[in-house]
Amino acid sequence: MIKKGMVLMIELVEIEKQFQGQVVVKPLSMVIEEGEFLTLLGPSGCGKTTILRMIAGFEQPTSGNIVLAGKVVTDNPPNERDLNLVFQHYALFPHMTVEENIEFGLKMKKIPKEQQKERIAEAVAMTQLTALTSRYPHQLSGGQQQRVAIARAIVNKPKVLLLDEPLGALDLQLRKNLQTELKHLQRTLGITFVYVTHDQEEAMMMSDRIVILNNGQVEQIGTPKEIYSSPRTLFAATFVGENNIFTSPQGSFAVRPEKLRPQRSEEGSMKSGVIQDVLYLGNVHKLMVVLDQVGEQQALTVTIVLDSTDEESWRVGERIGVSWNPKDEVVIQP
Amino acid sequence: MNKSKWFFTPVLIWLGLFLIVPMLIVVAMSFMQRDTLGNVVYSFSWEGYKTFWDSLYLGIYWDTIVLSITTTVICLVVSYPLAYYLANSSPRVQNWGLILITIPFWINFLIRTYAWVLLLRTQGVVNSLLIHFGWIDEPLQMLYTKGAVLLGMVYNFVPFMVLPLYVAIEQIDRRLLDAASDLGASRWKAFWHIALPQSKAGIMTGSVLVFVSTAGMFVVTDILGGSKSSMISNIIQAQFLGARNWPFGSALSVIFVLTSLVLIILFSRVMKSRSDRTREGGNV
Repeated sequence: MIKKGMVLMIELVEIEKQFQGQVVVKPLSMVIEEGEFLTLLGPSGCGKTTILRMIAGFEQPTSGNIVLAGKVVTDNPPNERDLNLVFQHYALFPHMTVEENIEFGLKMKKIPKEQQKERIAEAVAMTQLTALTSRYPHQLSGGQQQRVAIARAIVNKPKVLLLDEPLGALDLQLRKNLQTELKHLQRTLGITFVYVTHDQEEAMMMSDRIVILNNGQVEQIGTPKEIYSSPRTLFAATFVGENNIFTSPQGSFAVRPEKLRPQRSEEGSMKSGVIQDVLYLGNVHKLMVVLDQVGEQQALTVTIVLDSTDEESWRVGERIGVSWNPKDEVVIQP
Repeated sequence: MNKSKWFFTPVLIWLGLFLIVPMLIVVAMSFMQRDTLGNVVYSFSWEGYKTFWDSLYLGIYWDTIVLSITTTVICLVVSYPLAYYLANSSPRVQNWGLILITIPFWINFLIRTYAWVLLLRTQGVVNSLLIHFGWIDEPLQMLYTKGAVLLGMVYNFVPFMVLPLYVAIEQIDRRLLDAASDLGASRWKAFWHIALPQSKAGIMTGSVLVFVSTAGMFVVTDILGGSKSSMISNIIQAQFLGARNWPFGSALSVIFVLTSLVLIILFSRVMKSRSDRTREGGNV
């Protein structure tokens, strides 16, 4: 969230990236505030990692500028930018211990020895690696390697921490735990995080703001709430959470599954249809309803999500009516 | 016994018959004597080893070690940049580079070495050119010097160094260099702290190959070194074929095999990183 009085940390000015004449990232301008948790969200190949690598300095934008803390860094190599990247597959140095890995950045910046010790101890404690400092990366589990990668970055006290799908290689349970940990760490440190992921749930949970990308183009930038409740484009509406898209001569609009209401009689309902499937998911259940065809339009299947307070028993094959509150309709660009 | 272990049987028989058994024969032979006609007398003696302490042989022994180490170091210094460049080039350049490096092997090794005679001799190509351009008045004595032998060795064994180095460098994860750069390392520091330690295996393999090959080489010394410079292999060859003193030749062989072993073990100790040692100790 951008609050007044916050400091500008990163400014992307019309940055564009082409590989061999092919546009990978269309001209993009945006600002990232100090202390913000910003997520670049999109399917693979949408250009999110390329944007991150341009900010880190591993890729040169074809045109445009990158401003970091008031300084234009577009032409600076990665080692001359005051930010650190947590790599997708960690890229830990295999011939160094955990401690030597973490120490590396401090050594390169010629930080005095005593200060090094202090900062390493601090980073190690924060990432719960104290017992593992003399191990080598190959002796650690995936989650532990992930922690080393983060410790190795934050020990440098960068202005910005870039994270490239840092939890992508971990199993679900560990992912969930580390998501909470990372979010907590970001709050404690107050460092700006730029986070890349293709997991919309992860993005929703962790971010202050989300940038939705598709085919190298920004679809929407907004808080998780804005993105969920008022998606601007078809892509944004369907990529984040489930959605039902209705088309009418006036244009398209979306209604979230939990906003749709089923009713036993078709009378007075906005649409009617047949229940195709009932899915029980514990805390909620879902109805898949095939709506009756109207005119030329194709048959539409909508999803209705009901919470546990709904005690009606819905049967497959039953004809029902479907309604919603018109204020829950979100108009989307085609 | 695991079935798959039988796959090793042919190689074990081969090594046993043609490496282990001959080695044992050489060791046994080194403790024997010879009679005046050059026949081997099957009785125990230290004679072969005692002869070695002659200052002439000690000098040659020392020269051989120095030359082999020098050759190895020069090969390493010449090959590393080439291997590094190749490993970081496009696949097309890599393919061509590797072909160019292996092309000399298509030509007989003796012919390649004799070619150096044509280049280096007093009326050779190099001297003629230097005189033609007026840079020297008298031809330089290049052939039949230690320098010529060193040149011949380096020339012959550079590919033995380039190929293992190339393989090791090519396997380095480029993301590690990105990570180093991200953590503030300049290109040189990223190379020194990350790429170089990661290519240790290649340095080790290449160095052992070049060292052992140089130490055992007598043809290059014969052709380019003339009669003045000898290596231990020339002496061994002479003892077996010329002087017919098999026990002494065997003693020299045993001494040199042991020396090489000790040097290689020392070298691998120095090269071995701590991570390799913990790896040997299993997971902690």
